[in-house]
Amino acid sequence: MARKVSTTRRASITALAWAVGLLIFFPILWTVLTGFKTEGDAYAIPPKFLFFSWTLENYTEVQQRSDYLAHALNSILLSVGSNIVGLIIAVPAAWAMAFSPTKRTKDLLMWMLSTKMMPSAGVFMAIYFLFQEFHLLDNRTGVGFVLMMSNLPILVWMLYTYFKEIPVDILEAARMDGATLFEEIVYVLTPMAIPGIASTMLLSIILSWNEAFWTLNLTTFNAAPLTYLIAQFSSPEGTFWAKLSAASTLAIAPILILGWFSQKQLVRGLTFGAVK
Amino acid sequence: MGSIELKNVRKDFGPIKVINGVDLKIEDGEFAVFVGPSGCGKSTLLRLIAGLEDLSAGQILIDGKDVSEVGPAQRGLAMVFQSYALYPHMSVRGNIAFALKMAKQPAEMIAAKVNKAAATLNLTDYLDRKPRQLSGGQRQRVAIGRAIVREPKAFLFDEPLSNLDAALRVQMRVEIGELHHQLKTTMIYVTHDQVEAMTMADKIVVLDRGSVAQVGSPLELYNKPNGLFVAKFIGSPIMNIVEGEHAARRNATSIGIRPEHLDISKTAGEWPVRVRLAEHLGSDTFVYAEGEGLGHFTVRVAGEADLRAGDNVFLTPREDRIHKFDKDGRRLE
Repeated sequence: MARKVSTTRRASITALAWAVGLLIFFPILWTVLTGFKTEGDAYAIPPKFLFFSWTLENYTEVQQRSDYLAHALNSILLSVGSNIVGLIIAVPAAWAMAFSPTKRTKDLLMWMLSTKMMPSAGVFMAIYFLFQEFHLLDNRTGVGFVLMMSNLPILVWMLYTYFKEIPVDILEAARMDGATLFEEIVYVLTPMAIPGIASTMLLSIILSWNEAFWTLNLTTFNAAPLTYLIAQFSSPEGTFWAKLSAASTLAIAPILILGWFSQKQLVRGLTFGAVK
Repeated sequence: MGSIELKNVRKDFGPIKVINGVDLKIEDGEFAVFVGPSGCGKSTLLRLIAGLEDLSAGQILIDGKDVSEVGPAQRGLAMVFQSYALYPHMSVRGNIAFALKMAKQPAEMIAAKVNKAAATLNLTDYLDRKPRQLSGGQRQRVAIGRAIVREPKAFLFDEPLSNLDAALRVQMRVEIGELHHQLKTTMIYVTHDQVEAMTMADKIVVLDRGSVAQVGSPLELYNKPNGLFVAKFIGSPIMNIVEGEHAARRNATSIGIRPEHLDISKTAGEWPVRVRLAEHLGSDTFVYAEGEGLGHFTVRVAGEADLRAGDNVFLTPREDRIHKFDKDGRRLE
């Protein structure tokens, strides 16, 4: 039986939920607002919340000073490109582990996950020198490769849990029907796993888009994505809060919009397999 | 043509021996049923024949040809799975046509074969639906349709009716029986339900812990079970077993008597028992009784019987219907 909740209790819980939600959302809201202030207003004490002179000058300056569109293009190429290559590797890997497991499959999965526990800084020097040696610094292919490698465990894990949900009978039926391994994956497994593959890709694109450690350390300008754009406005000469905020807003807007419209897919992806 | 022969077939999963040397011959056109309790290896045996599992040892021959190393599709067999295993993203038409498409048959021929199979199975109106829009029985028919269009040498059924409700199960049982009559193709059918085995089979293969306990026609197994295991497995309700002096007097360690072969009387008889429960089904009455030093009995009385819990009655077995077993549970003649 559902528990009875009084109206006042319900109202206070709703208010509390809104308060917590706003508290979490506040930094983003403040960043967006600050992007429309002059540098003077951005520093004003007491802070000005809504009553300041709204301006777009920060946005024009960000585009003029550091070519927003070029970095946005890099962000798209790096996050989408690294994911397509990642999926080409991860789909067969997850297929093998889900449908043809051996005694060591669980260990392999744990090992893959454990690589995500290692701090990136721990291998930074090694990767940096390798990149230097192979002339991959500030190169899209190079950074894309590192992003792909760092997301691969997540891709494989998520796809593995999706594939585990697909009844093996159906794949065996395809085998009885004369499908080759390739036909089985293309005509039967993949169409059934499309929702899973889509939400895996979505999550992984978001992670790549927001990745800052490697993109900041391995690129200087040509291959630099939007994370670099944000970092530019925090310089040794001092931080320009209004411009930094405008740059941040521009950098997170595309992924925020993508995330907003695909919430359902994302939540389903993250909780898939939790309940049958 | 579709005769299937198994020669000393073995299957181990790691240290666990699932199939311990099975020799078996299924003739062309025969309806064979593998039956046994869960875990006896009947599904594994079917999957070995299908080619979905690799043999640990032995040989499988189809029409005299060794197919032990041949892949599932090349064996020319079709399988109907317990879960139906339909392709959920394809229409009924797509499901039935899939194997033909994989075999690269021309489109007109595929359409003709799909339509013919759909007509046979009353699926014509549902060809453009997705599996999720069908009822359990219809899904089962699609799974059978998918098997029929391939014109296989033999059909393999893995507990195909166990997901259906009781009424539908009986109906589909009849339909599969009729289909066999119509196609005259070899069928191997796995079930744990001995009623399905008795009603459908030309030949029943009773499996016990990975070995064949007995092979025979339904009535052979019913009338002459070769041991206690088969005696207790075939027949419903289960055969009554009596041990001790009543068995010794008939030169056996234990004797078995089926519920329908016991005469019940209120006045006189061999075994005095007390009725614990009487189930009145109209056509039959099942009497559950207990006798001191005799154990429990189930008695089937044809028609209606005026018996209720607490009644004291006498049971008398029909001598010519008594099965005798030795101390190892083997049949004594």
